[in-house]
Amino acid sequence: MRPPPQYSTMWKSSGVIDMDGYFRELADKVFTLLRGDEVLLLNFDGENSDFVRFNRNAIRQAGHVCQQQLHIVLINTKKQATAAIDLCGNLEVDLNQTKIVVGKLREQLPLLPNDPYIHYATERHDTITSRDNTLPGTTEAVSEIIATAHGLDLVGIWASGDTTHGFANSLGQFNWYRNYSFNFDWSLYQHDDKAVKQSYAGFAWQRNILEQKFAYARETLTVLARPARTIQPGRYRVYLTPTALGEVIDLLSWGGFGLKSHRTAQTPLLRMIEVGTTLNPEVNITEHHATGLTPPFTGTGFIKPDRVELIKDGAYQDCLADTRSAMEYTAPVNCDVEMPQSLEIAGGELHLDDILGTLDTGIFISNLWYCNYSDRSHCRITGMTRFASLWVENGQVVAPLNVMRFDETIYNILGNNLLAMTTVSEHTLDASTYERRSEASTRLPGVLVDDFNFTI
Amino acid sequence: MNWQPIIHAFRNEVPALEFWSLRLVTDEYETLSVREGVVEPPRHALSRGAHITFIDRGGLAYAATSELTREGLRRACDQALQWLETSRAHSLFDVEQIPRPQHSGNYQSQVKTPWETWGVADKLTLLQDINQQLKISDSIVAWQAHLNRRHSEVLLLTSDGIEITQTFDHILPGYAAVANAGIQTQMRTGGGWGSARQGGLEQLAAWSFPESASRVAEEAIALLAAPECPTGKASLLLSPSQMMLQIHESIGHPLELDRILGDERNYAGTSFVTPDMFGKYRYGSDLLNITFDPNHPGEMASYGFDDEGSKADRTWLIRDGILLRPLGGAVSQARAGMEGVATARACDWNRPAIDRMANLNLEPGDSSFNELVASIEYGVLMDTNRSWSIDDSRNKFQFGCELGRLIQDGELKSLVRNPNYRGISASFWRNLAGVGDTSTFEIWGTPYCGKGEPNQMIPVGHASPAAVFHDVEVFGGD
Repeated sequence: MRPPPQYSTMWKSSGVIDMDGYFRELADKVFTLLRGDEVLLLNFDGENSDFVRFNRNAIRQAGHVCQQQLHIVLINTKKQATAAIDLCGNLEVDLNQTKIVVGKLREQLPLLPNDPYIHYATERHDTITSRDNTLPGTTEAVSEIIATAHGLDLVGIWASGDTTHGFANSLGQFNWYRNYSFNFDWSLYQHDDKAVKQSYAGFAWQRNILEQKFAYARETLTVLARPARTIQPGRYRVYLTPTALGEVIDLLSWGGFGLKSHRTAQTPLLRMIEVGTTLNPEVNITEHHATGLTPPFTGTGFIKPDRVELIKDGAYQDCLADTRSAMEYTAPVNCDVEMPQSLEIAGGELHLDDILGTLDTGIFISNLWYCNYSDRSHCRITGMTRFASLWVENGQVVAPLNVMRFDETIYNILGNNLLAMTTVSEHTLDASTYERRSEASTRLPGVLVDDFNFTI
Repeated sequence: MNWQPIIHAFRNEVPALEFWSLRLVTDEYETLSVREGVVEPPRHALSRGAHITFIDRGGLAYAATSELTREGLRRACDQALQWLETSRAHSLFDVEQIPRPQHSGNYQSQVKTPWETWGVADKLTLLQDINQQLKISDSIVAWQAHLNRRHSEVLLLTSDGIEITQTFDHILPGYAAVANAGIQTQMRTGGGWGSARQGGLEQLAAWSFPESASRVAEEAIALLAAPECPTGKASLLLSPSQMMLQIHESIGHPLELDRILGDERNYAGTSFVTPDMFGKYRYGSDLLNITFDPNHPGEMASYGFDDEGSKADRTWLIRDGILLRPLGGAVSQARAGMEGVATARACDWNRPAIDRMANLNLEPGDSSFNELVASIEYGVLMDTNRSWSIDDSRNKFQFGCELGRLIQDGELKSLVRNPNYRGISASFWRNLAGVGDTSTFEIWGTPYCGKGEPNQMIPVGHASPAAVFHDVEVFGGD
């Protein structure tokens, strides 16, 4: 039996106390290990998450994940090496492990050539961002969900808890970011592959919002019960909801806006750079760091600008430049990763109440799925409709649509064939949980598009 | 890894329950990369954590933590107990029916040339040499080579006294060259790019690493000037580097039992396969023979036991074209009342096990590569996947490859660029018209199969010969 730990040397993972203090204390002790001109960058990533997986309005899997990781960059005389370790929460143990890692990195540096792209913040900018915890109790929220979905075939995932990020360097800078959020992402199935997909995410839980969403879903489920329509391949007038457009934008974000992909001709928006192809002049795309959920600082200590204009009035504008690209191409650092994390497309003039009437006859696409490139150089994208895509005639929903594959270029979707964008851009928090809970988000309008190409 | 202090601490904290399991994982990942002649910062990541599963009085719950102190494990036990209570009130299925692991044992990857045999400087010199072989022209605008290694140790303990230890070594090499001319960019990859193998540095030879680097760069440039892949119905000869993806998306995912049971409907999707199909459904032509093979040397997802503790054995899933078994672990098998295979896997200590693919292979036929080509009057050879998209029922697909080559009158002809094809799983495999012999058989796979809520990325292996399909819709770019 070991004695209980001393308060100052432990964090309390399920509580709210002093995780930043733990990181600061660990960092200060690690910095005393440095020799000569060595510089050390430390990043801390942590989360305490409840995950509840639902199927058929019951719990398939439920549990809790506590993970804390320390990322270490050792720099000396134009050379750098990196490492990452999971922290166990005992300062003595974690410090000892970090000492071993720093020692190994120090041994490795002489084996490396100079790195011309070493780049880190040398001007000190401390920031502390710590939001209040207004989350509901997860067990209570789960009970409310199951009660509200009574009689429905609900499948999905609840994720909630805190996420934390810290940065400290041996030059004295310290940054801390802590957020509490929940993200309930679910589908309500009518039959086979016909379902209503919804989400509710934020910081404070309101049962009435959940009830409103379920009430809307129950109405839509009655439509999905009608016999499904199968359309022939061809070109159709469509409305893409913000969620559906988000699938296209997600794909575009892989290499579409990064400086490295731009300078090496790998961007799918190559035509915009090489021959000046433009999107519809009403299209403005921004990486809006200031309204996103990610930390305001990068992993090398730079402070992000509030916004980066990526597409302005339909034309290619700025790129996202991470630390290495910024040094390679002599640009300011304006992101942590060269992929939008808080992307925003400004709304247009189509009022939400006018969507079906303006669509007139065509397809209301609630969701797209599994987008990828048919021809990356020409930004031609394929993907599938999914969930509650509907056939509309004369402004009235007629029938659910059996899934169809589209194959269309972004220069049509947001360019030549873009008819209108909704006045409201919808804020969506990314439900992804690969490795850890995502903090990406988007603000997107719905778009009305003519001659949208379906293939199979 | 000496797990004993953690096990001792856990045993002091775990409450009396009907059943518990403790899965301890340590995972090391080393990355070496040279991009456009510049050595990128080497990275060594070490992950270590515990995954606790409790089953008791109708409840099932888990907790996972990197806090491997006694206090951290106590908190994890408390969290799992809390979720056990909630789960008990709303459980999807009767957890009493879940079979418990019955066999202790161990597994270890076969390694002939350990990672440490070559020093860091030697490896970086090799990657620099490859960079030089890739940069053969001004048309090459981006190029890179990497050599990565993963070493994992997994210990599964249960309250019944079962103890399973498994050690995995993976090698992940690769290189790529990007060529550009105006509005046309082509990327060609090689040396194992996008895949991995179990074992040590001896596995590099199977990918012609580094010998194929010059060819990769030459093909990237040649593709710039190649005509677009023609549009229309044609025969399709798929190399193993594309068969891997074809098997993965249109056989592997549809056969996952948790999809069939509906767990994945909100994310990865459902399946066109239904329980009544097993034992009688004609999935493909008589040439279609698919095995779950956890014992294939060098293949990425070889193992002795899955993460629920079930012993893994080679099993036929499709034989002579007839669907026989799903990919489902012990929990799903109990839920569905069906026989499956040991494929309940977790990507790391921080996620619970769910049904996954593992090594899912197309068994060789009896045709040489030349015989496959000779059997085609008009068609396209497609090599190395680069684009994939399929509907949520895993039926309507469209896949694209890096390189195509026309086949006319039984002979390979010129290169074509941006080769794509589309089809429907339920009919595509019935048009399987030729399967290559062992001389065409290659081991591939992907370290990046995503699925599950919360999301999990996991390595899966796919070994396959080259294969011919008739009457396929092919097309090019622009």
